[in-house]
Order: sequence, then C-alpha cells, then structure tokens
Amino acid sequence: MQSSSELAIDVRGLRKSYTTKAGTKVAVDGIDLQIKAGEIFAILGPNGAGKTTTVEILEGYRNRDAGEVSVLGQDPGELGHDNREWRNRIGIVLQSTNDVADLTVYESVSHFAKYYATPKEPESVIESVGLTEKRDAKVLSLSGGQRRRLDVALGIIGTPDILFLDEPTTGFDPEARRVFWDLIRSLRASGTTIVLTTHYLDEAEALADRVAVITDGRIVEVATPQTLGGRHQALAVVSWVENGVPQRLESADPAAEVVKLSGRLGHVEELLVTRPSLEDIYLSMIGQL
Amino acid sequence: MKNPSILKVGIARGGIEIKMFLRQRESVVFTLFFPVLLLFIFGSVFKNNIAPGVSFSQYFVAGMVASGLVNTGFQQLAIMIPIERDFGALKRLRGTPMSPISYFIGKSIVVTASMVFQVSILIVAGRLFFGLHLPTTADRWIRFGWLVILGSICSTVLGIAFSSIPKTGRGASAVVSPIVIVLQFLSGVFFVFSSLPSWMQQFAALFPLKWLTQGMRSVFLPNTFAMKEPAHSWEIPKIAIILGVWTVIGTLWATRSFKWSDK
Repeated sequence: MQSSSELAIDVRGLRKSYTTKAGTKVAVDGIDLQIKAGEIFAILGPNGAGKTTTVEILEGYRNRDAGEVSVLGQDPGELGHDNREWRNRIGIVLQSTNDVADLTVYESVSHFAKYYATPKEPESVIESVGLTEKRDAKVLSLSGGQRRRLDVALGIIGTPDILFLDEPTTGFDPEARRVFWDLIRSLRASGTTIVLTTHYLDEAEALADRVAVITDGRIVEVATPQTLGGRHQALAVVSWVENGVPQRLESADPAAEVVKLSGRLGHVEELLVTRPSLEDIYLSMIGQL
Repeated sequence: MKNPSILKVGIARGGIEIKMFLRQRESVVFTLFFPVLLLFIFGSVFKNNIAPGVSFSQYFVAGMVASGLVNTGFQQLAIMIPIERDFGALKRLRGTPMSPISYFIGKSIVVTASMVFQVSILIVAGRLFFGLHLPTTADRWIRFGWLVILGSICSTVLGIAFSSIPKTGRGASAVVSPIVIVLQFLSGVFFVFSSLPSWMQQFAALFPLKWLTQGMRSVFLPNTFAMKEPAHSWEIPKIAIILGVWTVIGTLWATRSFKWSDK
C-alpha cells in the first residue's frame, strides 16, 4: 500500500447521485481510487458508468454526496473562493470544447499562460504539441486533431502536476493518435501525473501504467493493462492449419505446444499464438455486470 | 511563485475579449452601427419638430444613447455568455486559476469599450447629419457622465444576471432581443414617451431603460421639455435611485445565478 504522501489522488468511498424527474440516479456508488504521483492512470467504462462524474469531482467541478477526496493533498470540494494555488497545479483537457475560435493558436496559448504563476513558454508548448506550423492560424481553421492538441497545450501551459484528459483522441486518425500518445508519454517523463478517461482500449494499453474499469458507478478492478481480469494467466490459444483444416487448442504453456507441433509437422501452417486482448477482457468485465 | 493579480488577469481578459469581439464582423456592425442606422432612418422619416426647438432627431439621439447602454451591456452579455457556456469556454476558464472576478473585469472592459464607441459615433453622426445640439453647460455634462457610468454598470450586471436564463446559446438571442426591443418601444426611445398610453408608461416605469432614457433627455433636450414629461419634471433624484436599486438587484441576482456550465 502506498503512503498517502506518494499519492497524487486519493479517493475513498466516493458517492454521488442526481435527482431527476425520473427519480434518483446513482452515478457514483462507492469508488476508491489511489493514483500515484507520476503515473498514467486510465479510467475505462461504458457511457454512463460514472467516469465523467468521478473525474469532474476530482477536478473541482462537482460536489459529492459522500466519501473522502484528496487531490494533491487538497479536498477539491472545499476549495473556497481562492483556489488559485491549487488550480495552478491542475491541468484539465475537457471533452469537446469549442471556444477561442476567433483567436490564433499563439494568441490563445499565450493568453492562457497569463493565468498561471509558473507558465511554460508558449512557443515551446506549441512546439511540443506539434502546432508550430499553425502558430498564426485561427483556431477556427484547425482540424479536429489539431484543435485537440491545442486543448492539450492549454491544459499544460501552467506546468500542472496533474493533467486530466477526457477522451483526448476521439476523432483522431491513427497517425495523429500515435503522435498524441508520444506527447502524453513525454509529459509523464517530465513527472506529470496523468488521469485519462477513454473509450479506446488500445489507447489505455499503449499509455496507461494502470487502468480502472468502472461500471454502474463502481470499480470492477484496478490493474495494469497486462494483468487486468487475469489476462496474463488466461490460457493462450494456439491455432494452425493441418491438412487444410483449421485447428486450435488452449494451453497454459503455448511454447511447449508450439515445440511439439513443430516436431510433429515440421512446417506449421498459419501458426498463431494469441492471448485474450484487453478488449476481450474488458467486454467480459462490463458484460457480466 | 505567486499567482498573477486578479486585476492584471482581468485586464488581459479585457484585451482578448476586445480582440475576439472585433473579429466577429457581424456583431461589430450590428452592435456598433445599428443605432446609427436607426438614427438615419428615423431622422429621415420624422423631420418635424416634436416641440418648439426640439427636433425628432434630438429626441431620438437621447433615447438611442440610453438604449445603446442597454444594447452593449445587457443585450450583448445576456446573449454572449450563454454562447460561451454552450461552447465550453466558461467551463474551461473555471478549470484554470483565473478568478471569476477577472472574468467579470474583462467583460466590463469589452462592454465599456463598445459603449464608448457606440455612443460617440451616434453623437458624431447626429451632430454632422441631423443638427444635434450638444449640452452646453457643465452640470449637464456631469449628469451625462454619471448617467453613463451608473447606466452601464446597471446594464452590465443585469446582463450577467440574465445570462443564466437562456437555456442554450442558440436560443439566447431569441429570448433577449425581444425584451430589449419591446422595452425600447415602451420606454420612449422610438416614440415620444408622453404620447404613450398611461398604462404603458406605468409598466415601462418598472424597468431601468425608461429612467435612463428620461435622464438622457434631461441632458440633450431643453429644460422647457421637462414640462412634457408625465411628472412635469426630469425627476433626476428618482432616476438615480431607481437605477441604483436595479444595480443592486442585478448584482445580487448575478452572484447567485451565474452558471459556468449547462449541467
């Protein structure tokens, strides 16, 4: 167990429900989260699982009904009027923001820099998100992926200790996602704690040190992407084609099976060894609940 | 490291707000030149004097200066803020160390800048094309000064307060504009106030625009015209009190109702 001083975020027994005309809906139903300083932590879950509510409570946007929350040692629910010290250390990249359209990239980044006690150099932030060529372009003229990178630039301009990213690569083409992932990794390398909510399992697998799966306002499991749902212990599937007929077997020791096959057949046609993907594991986790 | 001061950030917001405002050409034209356009239309149609020595243009400029304060403050903010809320701009700002006070300082700066511009262009156009008489005594200019300051503060806080009412940015204009236009008709901007039916006068008297318009008439029209007012007087102290009361109401309302996001 980590001591709380090494935790960037510590959440215990978090609860939140909303009252609507249809009745009371429990959005967060007792969540515990311990996120270590310097890690990339992904929160996965279907729509309506309580991801956004949880993150917005951590970001100080929403109040909670019950539980204890500490973000950088402070309770975001008790910020009071002057929360600027704390806000200085938090970077937030929201979903689908559509403002600053009439400004240029440089104007918006350098303007946001004025809000912070220890801003980064706007030019270098623009460069780090790969928008140098678009420096003087109006935000309105940017593509979806470029605009998202601007959102990240505005989220990191204040040199945050924690960066919250909500669905950061929705609408990206595959190449833009790779570039974006490199950017996030370089932020971690500089010591930033990153909390990522995403729908993309490959994104969580590529980036996250640990993932939490949330459904119906509860955490199903917290683990590394490699061990989630007992994935590393799951039986591997060995498949091949023998005399034109597809064959498959499940094994805890696929290497031994492959050696046996090779000894028996010599050349093994269409040999494939697979383990359940993160997506398989994830779908079975949210499906069974 | 200390955070930059609230005032400094507020001034930076004012600068960026003016920049964004000027880049939206339609809104620049509408907000800044529409009153002048109206002056040309009304001034060209109604050429007769409404009282000895008082042309309709003279009367109309007084009303348009008053409603200019309502357009640039109340109308502009009550439409712009819901749009910013829809776009997520307010939510993003809320997530930064920028103080809400800096945001409102920025809004006041952009509103003041467009007010000054709108009122000046109206007065210059009136002077050049419609023989507008400017006040000649110091006490009238002083009254003009405090009416502009009090009127613009009142209009600004009411605009911020009212911004919580439109549910969407797209619908904001449809909610706000009719209110402003109806109030302009009822408050004696387009018609001579004393010629309106008395129930209309009494209804208009509940709202600040009527009093602001009356105050501007006391600046731009001869004192003999005061006899034509319903109270046979300019009622200057009453104007100050009513605008002051609305400013207090607007401030209390704004601080309680302001919404940073639509959820």
